[in-house]
Amino acid sequence: MTRRLTGYTLLVSFAFIFLYPFLLSLATTWKSRAEVAAHPVLPWPLDPSSRAWENILVHSDFPLWTINSVTVTVLATLLRLFLDSLAGYSLARLNWRGRGPVFAFVLGVLAVPPIVLTVPRFLVLKEMGLLNSYAGLVLPLAVDAVGIFIMTQFFQGLPAELEEAARIDGAGIFRTFWSVMLPLARPGLITLAILSFQGTWNEFLLPLIVVRASPQLWTLPFGLSTLGRGGAGGQTFDYPVMLAGSMLTIIPLAIVFIVLQRFFARGVVAGAVKG
Amino acid sequence: MPALAGLGLFLFAPILLALWVSFRDWSALAPLDTSTPVGTGNYQDLLIHSGIVQTDFARSLRNNLYYVLGVVPAQTVLSLLLAVVLNSKLLRGKAFFRTSFYFPSVTSSIAVAFIFVFLFSPSGVVNVLLSALLPGVVETVWLNEADGLIHIVLGWFGVGSAPGWMGADVMGLTLWDWVSGPSVAMSAVMILAIWTTTGTFMLMFLAGLQNIPEELEEAAIVDGANRRQRFFRVTLPLLRPTLFLVLTLGLIGTWQVFDQVYAMTSGGPQKTTLTPSYLIYREGFENSAMGRAAAIAFILFALILAFTGLQRLILRRNL
Repeated sequence: MTRRLTGYTLLVSFAFIFLYPFLLSLATTWKSRAEVAAHPVLPWPLDPSSRAWENILVHSDFPLWTINSVTVTVLATLLRLFLDSLAGYSLARLNWRGRGPVFAFVLGVLAVPPIVLTVPRFLVLKEMGLLNSYAGLVLPLAVDAVGIFIMTQFFQGLPAELEEAARIDGAGIFRTFWSVMLPLARPGLITLAILSFQGTWNEFLLPLIVVRASPQLWTLPFGLSTLGRGGAGGQTFDYPVMLAGSMLTIIPLAIVFIVLQRFFARGVVAGAVKG
Repeated sequence: MPALAGLGLFLFAPILLALWVSFRDWSALAPLDTSTPVGTGNYQDLLIHSGIVQTDFARSLRNNLYYVLGVVPAQTVLSLLLAVVLNSKLLRGKAFFRTSFYFPSVTSSIAVAFIFVFLFSPSGVVNVLLSALLPGVVETVWLNEADGLIHIVLGWFGVGSAPGWMGADVMGLTLWDWVSGPSVAMSAVMILAIWTTTGTFMLMFLAGLQNIPEELEEAAIVDGANRRQRFFRVTLPLLRPTLFLVLTLGLIGTWQVFDQVYAMTSGGPQKTTLTPSYLIYREGFENSAMGRAAAIAFILFALILAFTGLQRLILRRNL
Protein backbone atom coordinates (compact mmCIF):
# COMPACT_ATOMS: atom_id res chain seq x y z
CA MET A 1 0.00 0.00 0.00
CA THR A 2 2.72 2.47 0.96
CA ARG A 3 4.54 1.40 -2.16
CA ARG A 4 1.55 2.25 -4.32
CA LEU A 5 1.25 5.60 -2.56
CA THR A 6 4.91 6.41 -3.18
CA GLY A 7 4.44 5.42 -6.82
CA TYR A 8 1.45 7.70 -7.30
CA THR A 9 3.07 10.59 -5.47
CA LEU A 10 6.07 10.33 -7.73
CA LEU A 11 3.98 10.09 -10.90
CA VAL A 12 1.69 12.96 -9.97
CA SER A 13 4.55 15.26 -9.01
CA PHE A 14 6.38 14.56 -12.25
CA ALA A 15 3.20 15.00 -14.30
CA PHE A 16 2.93 18.39 -12.58
CA ILE A 17 6.53 19.28 -13.41
CA PHE A 18 6.09 18.31 -17.04
CA LEU A 19 2.66 19.88 -17.63
CA TYR A 20 2.51 22.95 -15.40
CA PRO A 21 4.90 25.04 -17.56
CA PHE A 22 2.58 24.53 -20.54
CA LEU A 23 -0.58 25.36 -18.59
CA LEU A 24 1.03 28.40 -17.03
CA SER A 25 2.26 29.63 -20.42
CA LEU A 26 -1.15 29.13 -21.98
CA ALA A 27 -2.72 31.13 -19.13
CA THR A 28 -0.07 33.82 -19.42
CA THR A 29 -1.00 34.47 -23.05
CA TRP A 30 -4.37 35.74 -21.74
CA LYS A 31 -2.88 37.98 -19.07
CA SER A 32 -1.90 41.64 -19.40
CA ARG A 33 1.75 42.52 -18.87
CA ALA A 34 0.89 44.08 -15.52
CA GLU A 35 -0.87 40.92 -14.42
CA VAL A 36 2.09 38.76 -15.46
CA ALA A 37 4.33 40.85 -13.23
CA ALA A 38 1.87 40.77 -10.33
CA HIS A 39 0.81 37.09 -10.53
CA PRO A 40 3.48 35.14 -12.42
CA VAL A 41 2.60 31.76 -10.90
CA LEU A 42 -1.20 31.62 -11.27
CA PRO A 43 -2.17 29.14 -14.03
CA TRP A 44 -5.29 31.09 -15.06
CA PRO A 45 -5.85 34.74 -15.99
CA LEU A 46 -7.72 36.93 -13.47
CA ASP A 47 -8.65 39.55 -16.02
CA PRO A 48 -8.49 37.84 -19.44
CA SER A 49 -7.12 39.96 -22.25
CA SER A 50 -6.82 38.89 -25.88
CA ARG A 51 -4.15 41.50 -26.64
CA ALA A 52 -1.30 38.99 -27.05
CA TRP A 53 -3.28 36.78 -29.43
CA GLU A 54 -4.46 39.79 -31.47
CA ASN A 55 -0.86 40.87 -31.68
CA ILE A 56 0.23 37.47 -32.93
CA LEU A 57 -2.65 36.62 -35.24
CA VAL A 58 -3.49 40.06 -36.67
CA HIS A 59 -0.53 42.39 -36.31
CA SER A 60 2.37 40.07 -37.07
CA ASP A 61 3.70 37.72 -39.74
CA PHE A 62 2.77 34.65 -37.71
CA PRO A 63 -0.04 33.64 -40.12
CA LEU A 64 2.46 33.77 -43.00
CA TRP A 65 5.02 31.74 -41.01
CA THR A 66 2.31 29.18 -40.19
CA ILE A 67 1.53 28.77 -43.89
CA ASN A 68 5.24 28.37 -44.63
CA SER A 69 5.62 25.79 -41.87
CA VAL A 70 2.63 23.79 -43.10
CA THR A 71 3.89 23.87 -46.70
CA VAL A 72 7.42 22.83 -45.82
CA THR A 73 6.28 20.12 -43.41
CA VAL A 74 3.79 18.58 -45.85
CA LEU A 75 6.18 18.65 -48.82
CA ALA A 76 9.16 17.30 -46.88
CA THR A 77 7.07 14.55 -45.28
CA LEU A 78 5.59 13.40 -48.61
CA LEU A 79 9.00 13.38 -50.26
CA ARG A 80 10.51 11.55 -47.33
CA LEU A 81 7.80 8.88 -47.34
CA PHE A 82 8.33 8.27 -51.05
CA LEU A 83 12.13 8.43 -51.20
CA ASP A 84 12.85 6.65 -47.91
CA SER A 85 10.56 3.75 -48.74
CA LEU A 86 11.97 3.49 -52.26
CA ALA A 87 15.49 3.41 -50.88
CA GLY A 88 14.49 1.04 -48.09
CA TYR A 89 12.83 -1.30 -50.58
CA SER A 90 15.86 -1.21 -52.81
CA LEU A 91 18.19 -1.99 -49.91
CA ALA A 92 15.98 -4.72 -48.46
CA ARG A 93 14.76 -6.52 -51.54
CA LEU A 94 16.69 -5.79 -54.70
CA ASN A 95 20.01 -7.41 -55.42
CA TRP A 96 22.56 -5.01 -56.74
CA ARG A 97 26.27 -4.68 -56.38
CA GLY A 98 27.47 -2.64 -53.44
CA ARG A 99 24.25 -2.98 -51.48
CA GLY A 100 26.08 -3.96 -48.30
CA PRO A 101 28.49 -1.00 -48.28
CA VAL A 102 25.66 1.42 -49.08
CA PHE A 103 23.64 0.14 -46.14
CA ALA A 104 26.68 0.52 -43.90
CA PHE A 105 27.07 4.04 -45.22
CA VAL A 106 23.45 4.86 -44.34
CA LEU A 107 24.13 3.64 -40.81
CA GLY A 108 27.27 5.76 -40.67
CA VAL A 109 25.38 8.87 -41.73
CA LEU A 110 23.03 8.35 -38.78
CA ALA A 111 25.94 9.14 -36.51
CA VAL A 112 26.83 12.50 -38.08
CA PRO A 113 25.34 15.26 -35.92
CA PRO A 114 23.12 17.81 -37.73
CA ILE A 115 25.17 20.72 -36.42
CA VAL A 116 28.25 19.25 -38.11
CA LEU A 117 26.24 19.08 -41.35
CA THR A 118 25.33 22.76 -41.12
CA VAL A 119 28.39 24.02 -42.97
CA PRO A 120 28.28 21.32 -45.71
CA ARG A 121 24.55 21.90 -46.25
CA PHE A 122 25.06 25.62 -46.52
CA LEU A 123 27.85 25.09 -49.05
CA VAL A 124 25.77 22.85 -51.31
CA LEU A 125 22.67 25.02 -51.15
CA LYS A 126 24.75 28.09 -51.89
CA GLU A 127 26.48 26.47 -54.87
CA MET A 128 23.10 25.29 -56.20
CA GLY A 129 21.61 28.76 -55.74
CA LEU A 130 18.96 27.43 -53.36
CA LEU A 131 19.56 29.80 -50.45
CA ASN A 132 16.46 31.83 -49.62
CA SER A 133 14.06 29.53 -51.45
CA TYR A 134 11.38 26.99 -50.55
CA ALA A 135 13.45 24.31 -52.28
CA GLY A 136 16.35 25.07 -49.90
CA LEU A 137 14.02 24.52 -46.93
CA VAL A 138 12.54 21.28 -48.24
CA LEU A 139 15.20 19.36 -50.21
CA PRO A 140 17.74 18.83 -47.39
CA LEU A 141 14.89 17.29 -45.35
CA ALA A 142 13.52 15.16 -48.21
CA VAL A 143 15.65 12.09 -47.45
CA ASP A 144 16.85 11.00 -44.06
CA ALA A 145 18.96 8.10 -42.91
CA VAL A 146 16.73 7.15 -39.96
CA GLY A 147 13.76 6.83 -42.30
CA ILE A 148 15.67 4.70 -44.80
CA PHE A 149 16.79 2.50 -41.94
CA ILE A 150 13.25 2.06 -40.59
CA MET A 151 11.84 1.23 -44.03
CA THR A 152 14.66 -1.21 -44.82
CA GLN A 153 13.96 -3.04 -41.58
CA PHE A 154 10.27 -3.06 -42.35
CA PHE A 155 10.57 -4.41 -45.89
CA GLN A 156 12.96 -7.11 -44.70
CA GLY A 157 10.21 -8.35 -42.41
CA LEU A 158 7.59 -8.80 -45.18
CA PRO A 159 7.05 -12.23 -46.80
CA ALA A 160 8.72 -12.73 -50.18
CA GLU A 161 5.89 -14.81 -51.72
CA LEU A 162 3.64 -11.86 -52.56
CA GLU A 163 6.41 -10.17 -54.41
CA GLU A 164 7.17 -13.29 -56.41
CA ALA A 165 3.49 -13.68 -57.29
CA ALA A 166 3.43 -10.10 -58.58
CA ARG A 167 6.56 -10.72 -60.63
CA ILE A 168 5.02 -13.83 -62.20
CA ASP A 169 1.93 -11.81 -63.06
CA GLY A 170 4.24 -9.60 -65.09
CA ALA A 171 4.56 -6.55 -62.81
CA GLY A 172 7.82 -4.56 -63.11
CA ILE A 173 9.99 -3.59 -60.17
CA PHE A 174 8.38 -0.21 -59.60
CA ARG A 175 4.89 -1.62 -60.10
CA THR A 176 5.58 -4.37 -57.54
CA PHE A 177 6.92 -1.80 -55.11
CA TRP A 178 4.07 0.68 -55.59
CA SER A 179 1.03 -1.61 -55.76
CA VAL A 180 2.04 -4.62 -53.70
CA MET A 181 4.74 -3.80 -51.18
CA LEU A 182 3.96 -0.19 -50.27
CA PRO A 183 0.37 -0.90 -49.11
CA LEU A 184 1.74 -3.67 -46.90
CA ALA A 185 4.22 -1.28 -45.37
CA ARG A 186 1.52 1.03 -44.03
CA PRO A 187 2.45 0.71 -40.32
CA GLY A 188 6.05 1.58 -41.13
CA LEU A 189 4.90 4.51 -43.25
CA ILE A 190 2.73 5.88 -40.44
CA THR A 191 5.66 5.74 -38.02
CA LEU A 192 7.86 7.46 -40.56
CA ALA A 193 5.25 10.12 -41.35
CA ILE A 194 4.96 11.02 -37.68
CA LEU A 195 8.69 11.18 -37.06
CA SER A 196 9.06 13.31 -40.16
CA PHE A 197 6.15 15.61 -39.34
CA GLN A 198 7.48 16.24 -35.85
CA GLY A 199 11.06 16.74 -37.00
CA THR A 200 10.24 19.07 -39.87
CA TRP A 201 7.70 21.14 -37.98
CA ASN A 202 10.20 21.81 -35.19
CA GLU A 203 13.24 22.22 -37.46
CA PHE A 204 15.15 25.35 -36.52
CA LEU A 205 18.72 25.02 -37.73
CA LEU A 206 17.90 24.72 -41.43
CA PRO A 207 15.69 27.83 -41.70
CA LEU A 208 18.29 29.69 -39.65
CA ILE A 209 21.02 29.08 -42.21
CA VAL A 210 18.90 29.03 -45.37
CA VAL A 211 16.23 31.74 -45.14
CA ARG A 212 17.52 34.06 -42.42
CA ALA A 213 17.60 36.94 -44.91
CA SER A 214 14.09 36.35 -46.34
CA PRO A 215 11.37 37.07 -43.78
CA GLN A 216 8.67 36.00 -46.26
CA LEU A 217 10.07 32.43 -46.09
CA TRP A 218 10.44 32.14 -42.32
CA THR A 219 8.88 29.13 -40.62
CA LEU A 220 7.17 29.18 -37.22
CA PRO A 221 10.15 28.17 -35.04
CA PHE A 222 12.45 30.62 -36.78
CA GLY A 223 9.95 33.49 -36.85
CA LEU A 224 9.24 32.79 -33.19
CA SER A 225 12.94 32.96 -32.31
CA THR A 226 13.11 36.56 -33.56
CA LEU A 227 10.67 37.66 -30.82
CA GLY A 228 13.07 37.42 -27.92
CA ARG A 229 16.40 35.90 -28.70
CA GLY A 230 18.96 35.58 -25.93
CA GLY A 231 16.72 35.98 -22.91
CA ALA A 232 19.36 37.24 -20.46
CA GLY A 233 17.84 39.77 -18.12
CA GLY A 234 14.52 39.63 -19.80
CA GLN A 235 12.70 42.32 -17.81
CA THR A 236 11.69 43.99 -21.03
CA PHE A 237 10.24 40.98 -22.83
CA ASP A 238 6.57 41.00 -23.73
CA TYR A 239 5.96 37.56 -22.23
CA PRO A 240 2.27 37.21 -23.20
CA VAL A 241 3.20 37.78 -26.87
CA MET A 242 6.31 35.56 -26.75
CA LEU A 243 4.35 32.77 -25.14
CA ALA A 244 1.37 33.16 -27.51
CA GLY A 245 3.85 32.63 -30.35
CA SER A 246 5.27 29.59 -28.55
CA MET A 247 1.80 28.19 -28.03
CA LEU A 248 0.93 28.70 -31.70
CA THR A 249 4.04 26.68 -32.55
CA ILE A 250 3.28 23.94 -30.03
CA ILE A 251 -0.50 23.52 -30.37
CA PRO A 252 -0.77 22.03 -33.91
CA LEU A 253 1.79 19.38 -33.02
CA ALA A 254 0.12 18.81 -29.64
CA ILE A 255 -3.16 18.00 -31.42
CA VAL A 256 -1.43 15.55 -33.76
CA PHE A 257 0.38 14.08 -30.77
CA ILE A 258 -2.74 13.52 -28.69
CA VAL A 259 -4.67 11.97 -31.60
CA LEU A 260 -1.83 9.69 -32.73
CA GLN A 261 0.05 9.17 -29.48
CA ARG A 262 0.40 5.39 -29.72
CA PHE A 263 2.23 5.85 -33.04
CA PHE A 264 4.55 8.42 -31.48
CA ALA A 265 5.69 5.87 -28.89
CA ARG A 266 6.30 3.36 -31.66
CA GLY A 267 8.31 5.94 -33.60
CA VAL A 268 10.65 6.50 -30.68
CA VAL A 269 11.26 2.80 -30.26
CA ALA A 270 11.67 2.24 -34.02
CA GLY A 271 14.03 5.19 -34.27
CA ALA A 272 15.92 3.88 -31.27
CA VAL A 273 16.59 0.44 -32.73
CA LYS A 274 19.09 2.08 -35.01
CA GLY A 275 21.66 2.13 -32.19
CA MET B 1 18.27 4.42 -56.01
CA PRO B 2 17.29 8.06 -56.53
CA ALA B 3 16.92 8.39 -52.79
CA LEU B 4 20.39 7.03 -52.29
CA ALA B 5 21.69 9.45 -54.87
CA GLY B 6 19.95 12.21 -52.91
CA LEU B 7 21.52 11.02 -49.68
CA GLY B 8 24.91 11.06 -51.39
CA LEU B 9 24.32 14.49 -52.84
CA PHE B 10 23.12 16.08 -49.62
CA LEU B 11 25.37 14.28 -47.16
CA PHE B 12 28.50 12.74 -48.48
CA ALA B 13 29.72 15.15 -51.15
CA PRO B 14 29.06 18.18 -48.92
CA ILE B 15 31.06 16.67 -46.08
CA LEU B 16 34.07 16.35 -48.36
CA LEU B 17 33.53 19.89 -49.58
CA ALA B 18 33.36 21.14 -45.99
CA LEU B 19 36.55 19.29 -45.12
CA TRP B 20 38.22 21.13 -48.00
CA VAL B 21 36.81 24.46 -46.79
CA SER B 22 38.13 23.81 -43.28
CA PHE B 23 41.64 24.19 -44.74
CA ARG B 24 40.81 27.51 -46.38
CA ASP B 25 39.97 31.06 -45.46
CA TRP B 26 36.50 31.79 -46.82
CA SER B 27 34.15 34.60 -45.83
CA ALA B 28 30.93 32.87 -47.03
CA LEU B 29 29.98 36.13 -48.73
CA ALA B 30 32.40 35.95 -51.65
CA PRO B 31 32.25 33.08 -54.19
CA LEU B 32 33.83 29.87 -52.96
CA ASP B 33 36.65 29.89 -55.53
CA THR B 34 37.96 33.23 -54.23
CA SER B 35 38.88 31.61 -50.91
CA THR B 36 42.56 31.19 -50.10
CA PRO B 37 44.22 28.03 -48.79
CA VAL B 38 45.57 28.35 -45.25
CA GLY B 39 46.71 24.79 -44.65
CA THR B 40 45.99 23.76 -41.07
CA GLY B 41 45.73 27.42 -40.04
CA ASN B 42 42.11 27.20 -38.91
CA TYR B 43 42.85 24.20 -36.71
CA GLN B 44 45.97 25.85 -35.29
CA ASP B 45 44.02 29.01 -34.40
CA LEU B 46 41.56 26.88 -32.43
CA LEU B 47 43.94 24.50 -30.73
CA ILE B 48 47.45 25.93 -30.59
CA HIS B 49 47.83 29.68 -31.26
CA SER B 50 46.85 31.68 -28.23
CA GLY B 51 44.32 34.39 -28.88
CA ILE B 52 40.62 35.15 -28.63
CA VAL B 53 39.73 32.34 -31.06
CA GLN B 54 41.47 29.73 -28.95
CA THR B 55 40.12 31.10 -25.67
CA ASP B 56 36.55 31.10 -26.99
CA PHE B 57 36.94 27.55 -28.24
CA ALA B 58 38.36 26.45 -24.88
CA ARG B 59 35.44 28.17 -23.12
CA SER B 60 32.95 26.39 -25.38
CA LEU B 61 34.57 23.01 -24.65
CA ARG B 62 34.54 23.67 -20.91
CA ASN B 63 30.90 24.79 -20.94
CA ASN B 64 29.73 21.86 -23.00
CA LEU B 65 31.71 19.37 -20.93
CA TYR B 66 29.94 20.47 -17.74
CA TYR B 67 26.66 20.40 -19.65
CA VAL B 68 27.25 16.78 -20.70
CA LEU B 69 28.38 15.74 -17.21
CA GLY B 70 25.25 17.26 -15.71
CA VAL B 71 22.60 16.36 -18.25
CA VAL B 72 23.48 12.80 -19.29
CA PRO B 73 23.46 11.18 -15.82
CA ALA B 74 20.39 13.15 -14.74
CA GLN B 75 18.30 12.32 -17.81
CA THR B 76 19.34 8.65 -17.69
CA VAL B 77 18.58 8.12 -13.99
CA LEU B 78 15.34 10.09 -14.11
CA SER B 79 14.02 8.35 -17.23
CA LEU B 80 14.92 4.93 -15.80
CA LEU B 81 13.18 5.78 -12.53
CA LEU B 82 10.01 6.92 -14.29
CA ALA B 83 10.02 3.89 -16.59
CA VAL B 84 10.39 1.46 -13.67
CA VAL B 85 7.57 3.12 -11.73
CA LEU B 86 5.32 3.20 -14.84
CA ASN B 87 6.08 -0.44 -15.54
CA SER B 88 4.84 -1.54 -12.11
CA LYS B 89 1.67 -3.59 -12.29
CA LEU B 90 0.09 -1.98 -9.25
CA LEU B 91 -0.66 1.40 -10.75
CA ARG B 92 -3.49 2.74 -12.91
CA GLY B 93 -3.70 5.66 -15.30
CA LYS B 94 -0.36 4.82 -16.85
CA ALA B 95 -1.34 6.05 -20.32
CA PHE B 96 -1.99 9.54 -18.95
CA PHE B 97 1.29 9.71 -17.08
CA ARG B 98 3.28 8.32 -19.99
CA THR B 99 1.75 10.88 -22.33
CA SER B 100 2.40 13.80 -20.01
CA PHE B 101 6.01 12.80 -19.37
CA TYR B 102 6.66 12.42 -23.07
CA PHE B 103 4.84 15.56 -24.20
CA PRO B 104 7.70 18.07 -23.69
CA SER B 105 9.89 15.92 -25.97
CA VAL B 106 7.74 16.47 -29.05
CA THR B 107 7.46 20.24 -28.80
CA SER B 108 9.51 22.88 -30.60
CA SER B 109 12.87 23.57 -28.97
CA ILE B 110 12.50 27.32 -29.47
CA ALA B 111 8.99 27.38 -28.00
CA VAL B 112 9.99 25.51 -24.84
CA ALA B 113 13.16 27.59 -24.55
CA PHE B 114 10.94 30.70 -24.41
CA ILE B 115 8.75 29.03 -21.81
CA PHE B 116 11.87 28.50 -19.71
CA VAL B 117 13.08 32.06 -20.28
CA PHE B 118 9.74 33.06 -18.76
CA LEU B 119 9.98 30.58 -15.86
CA PHE B 120 13.52 31.71 -15.04
CA SER B 121 12.85 35.44 -15.53
CA PRO B 122 13.68 37.72 -12.59
CA SER B 123 10.09 37.83 -11.32
CA GLY B 124 9.25 34.40 -12.72
CA VAL B 125 8.00 31.18 -11.19
CA VAL B 126 11.39 29.77 -10.19
CA ASN B 127 12.33 32.84 -8.19
CA VAL B 128 8.87 33.09 -6.63
CA LEU B 129 9.00 29.44 -5.52
CA LEU B 130 12.56 29.71 -4.23
CA SER B 131 11.85 32.79 -2.13
CA ALA B 132 8.69 31.13 -0.78
CA LEU B 133 10.58 27.96 0.19
CA LEU B 134 13.78 29.58 1.38
CA PRO B 135 12.94 33.02 2.80
CA GLY B 136 15.83 35.42 2.68
CA VAL B 137 17.37 34.00 -0.49
CA VAL B 138 18.34 36.79 -2.82
CA GLU B 139 16.47 36.56 -6.12
CA THR B 140 18.77 35.65 -8.99
CA VAL B 141 18.62 36.87 -12.54
CA TRP B 142 19.28 33.29 -13.64
CA LEU B 143 20.12 33.82 -17.29
CA ASN B 144 22.43 36.73 -16.47
CA GLU B 145 24.48 34.96 -13.81
CA ALA B 146 27.94 33.94 -15.06
CA ASP B 147 29.36 32.53 -11.80
CA GLY B 148 30.22 28.84 -12.00
CA LEU B 149 28.58 26.44 -9.55
CA ILE B 150 31.90 24.96 -8.40
CA HIS B 151 33.33 28.47 -7.89
CA ILE B 152 30.24 29.40 -5.87
CA VAL B 153 30.58 26.34 -3.63
CA LEU B 154 34.31 26.97 -3.18
CA GLY B 155 33.42 30.53 -2.25
CA TRP B 156 31.31 29.23 0.65
CA PHE B 157 34.46 27.61 2.00
CA GLY B 158 36.41 30.81 1.67
CA VAL B 159 38.18 29.98 -1.58
CA GLY B 160 37.11 33.03 -3.49
CA SER B 161 39.93 33.36 -5.98
CA ALA B 162 42.52 31.23 -7.68
CA PRO B 163 45.37 29.80 -5.62
CA GLY B 164 48.67 30.64 -7.30
CA TRP B 165 49.27 27.28 -8.94
CA MET B 166 45.85 27.42 -10.62
CA GLY B 167 46.87 30.45 -12.63
CA ALA B 168 48.51 28.12 -15.15
CA ASP B 169 47.21 28.55 -18.65
CA VAL B 170 45.70 25.67 -20.64
CA MET B 171 44.44 26.59 -24.12
CA GLY B 172 44.06 30.22 -23.13
CA LEU B 173 42.03 29.55 -19.99
CA THR B 174 43.51 29.37 -16.50
CA LEU B 175 43.09 26.11 -14.59
CA TRP B 176 40.90 28.07 -12.18
CA ASP B 177 38.57 28.98 -15.05
CA TRP B 178 38.51 25.37 -16.27
CA VAL B 179 37.17 24.13 -12.91
CA SER B 180 34.47 26.81 -12.64
CA GLY B 181 31.62 24.33 -13.11
CA PRO B 182 28.58 25.25 -15.21
CA SER B 183 27.45 28.85 -14.76
CA VAL B 184 24.10 29.56 -13.17
CA ALA B 185 22.78 30.52 -16.62
CA MET B 186 24.05 27.24 -18.08
CA SER B 187 22.32 25.36 -15.26
CA ALA B 188 18.99 26.78 -16.42
CA VAL B 189 19.72 25.49 -19.94
CA MET B 190 20.66 22.11 -18.45
CA ILE B 191 17.40 21.91 -16.51
CA LEU B 192 15.53 22.61 -19.75
CA ALA B 193 17.48 19.85 -21.53
CA ILE B 194 16.73 17.30 -18.82
CA TRP B 195 13.08 18.31 -18.82
CA THR B 196 12.69 17.87 -22.59
CA THR B 197 14.67 14.64 -23.11
CA THR B 198 13.60 12.51 -20.14
CA GLY B 199 10.31 11.48 -21.79
CA THR B 200 11.95 10.05 -24.90
CA PHE B 201 14.45 8.01 -22.94
CA MET B 202 11.71 6.86 -20.59
CA LEU B 203 9.87 5.36 -23.58
CA MET B 204 13.03 3.51 -24.60
CA PHE B 205 13.49 2.12 -21.10
CA LEU B 206 9.81 1.11 -21.01
CA ALA B 207 10.24 -0.82 -24.26
CA GLY B 208 13.34 -2.45 -22.79
CA LEU B 209 11.55 -3.36 -19.55
CA GLN B 210 8.67 -4.92 -21.44
CA ASN B 211 11.11 -7.21 -23.22
CA ILE B 212 12.22 -8.75 -19.91
CA PRO B 213 10.34 -12.03 -19.37
CA GLU B 214 8.22 -12.06 -16.22
CA GLU B 215 9.47 -15.53 -15.27
CA LEU B 216 12.87 -14.12 -14.41
CA GLU B 217 11.38 -11.66 -11.95
CA GLU B 218 9.24 -14.43 -10.44
CA ALA B 219 12.20 -16.78 -10.18
CA ALA B 220 14.14 -14.09 -8.33
CA ILE B 221 11.22 -13.64 -5.91
CA VAL B 222 11.12 -17.40 -5.30
CA ASP B 223 14.86 -17.31 -4.60
CA GLY B 224 14.15 -14.75 -1.90
CA ALA B 225 15.70 -11.70 -3.53
CA ASN B 226 14.42 -8.41 -2.14
CA ARG B 227 13.31 -5.58 -4.36
CA ARG B 228 16.66 -3.83 -4.40
CA GLN B 229 18.50 -7.04 -5.27
CA ARG B 230 15.97 -7.83 -8.00
CA PHE B 231 16.49 -4.41 -9.57
CA PHE B 232 20.28 -4.35 -9.44
CA ARG B 233 20.93 -8.07 -10.07
CA VAL B 234 18.16 -8.98 -12.52
CA THR B 235 16.51 -5.99 -14.16
CA LEU B 236 19.46 -3.68 -14.65
CA PRO B 237 21.81 -6.25 -16.28
CA LEU B 238 19.00 -7.23 -18.66
CA LEU B 239 18.44 -3.57 -19.52
CA ARG B 240 22.05 -3.19 -20.58
CA PRO B 241 21.38 -2.80 -24.31
CA THR B 242 18.81 -0.06 -23.63
CA LEU B 243 21.11 1.66 -21.16
CA PHE B 244 23.83 1.55 -23.76
CA LEU B 245 21.54 3.13 -26.32
CA VAL B 246 20.27 5.84 -23.97
CA LEU B 247 23.77 6.83 -22.90
CA THR B 248 25.02 6.91 -26.48
CA LEU B 249 22.10 8.99 -27.76
CA GLY B 250 22.41 11.20 -24.68
CA LEU B 251 26.10 11.87 -25.32
CA ILE B 252 25.59 12.57 -29.01
CA GLY B 253 22.66 14.88 -28.25
CA THR B 254 24.26 16.85 -25.43
CA TRP B 255 27.47 17.54 -27.37
CA GLN B 256 25.48 19.41 -29.99
CA VAL B 257 23.26 21.64 -27.89
CA PHE B 258 22.39 24.63 -30.02
CA ASP B 259 18.72 25.71 -30.31
CA GLN B 260 18.30 26.25 -26.57
CA VAL B 261 21.50 28.29 -26.29
CA TYR B 262 20.52 30.36 -29.32
CA ALA B 263 17.09 31.16 -27.91
CA MET B 264 17.85 31.49 -24.20
CA THR B 265 21.27 33.09 -23.85
CA SER B 266 23.05 33.54 -27.22
CA GLY B 267 26.21 32.21 -25.57
CA GLY B 268 26.19 34.75 -22.75
CA PRO B 269 26.52 35.84 -19.94
CA GLN B 270 30.27 36.33 -20.26
CA LYS B 271 30.42 33.47 -22.79
CA THR B 272 29.54 30.88 -20.15
CA THR B 273 26.91 29.21 -22.34
CA LEU B 274 29.01 29.27 -25.47
CA THR B 275 29.17 25.73 -26.89
CA PRO B 276 31.11 24.35 -29.89
CA SER B 277 27.83 24.09 -31.83
CA TYR B 278 26.97 27.68 -31.08
CA LEU B 279 30.49 28.69 -32.01
CA ILE B 280 30.09 26.98 -35.42
CA TYR B 281 27.05 29.15 -36.04
CA ARG B 282 28.62 32.33 -34.68
CA GLU B 283 31.89 32.01 -36.60
CA GLY B 284 30.37 30.76 -39.85
CA PHE B 285 27.16 32.71 -40.12
CA GLU B 286 27.62 35.82 -38.01
CA ASN B 287 31.37 36.43 -38.30
CA SER B 288 31.68 35.07 -41.86
CA ALA B 289 34.61 32.81 -41.00
CA MET B 290 33.26 29.70 -42.74
CA GLY B 291 36.63 27.91 -42.85
CA ARG B 292 36.97 28.20 -39.08
CA ALA B 293 33.36 27.07 -38.57
CA ALA B 294 34.04 23.98 -40.68
CA ALA B 295 37.18 23.24 -38.65
CA ILE B 296 35.20 23.47 -35.39
CA ALA B 297 32.58 21.14 -36.87
CA PHE B 298 35.19 18.49 -37.63
CA ILE B 299 36.83 18.79 -34.21
CA LEU B 300 33.39 18.48 -32.61
CA PHE B 301 32.62 15.40 -34.70
CA ALA B 302 35.92 13.79 -33.66
CA LEU B 303 35.14 14.66 -30.04
CA ILE B 304 31.69 13.03 -30.20
CA LEU B 305 33.17 9.89 -31.75
CA ALA B 306 35.86 9.80 -29.06
CA PHE B 307 33.34 10.22 -26.25
CA THR B 308 30.95 7.55 -27.50
CA GLY B 309 33.91 5.21 -28.03
CA LEU B 310 35.14 5.86 -24.50
CA GLN B 311 31.69 5.30 -23.05
CA ARG B 312 31.38 1.98 -24.91
CA LEU B 313 34.73 0.88 -23.56
CA ILE B 314 33.84 1.76 -19.97
CA LEU B 315 30.40 0.16 -20.09
CA ARG B 316 31.71 -3.01 -21.65
CA ARG B 317 34.19 -3.40 -18.84
CA ASN B 318 31.96 -2.54 -15.92
CA LEU B 319 28.59 -4.13 -16.62
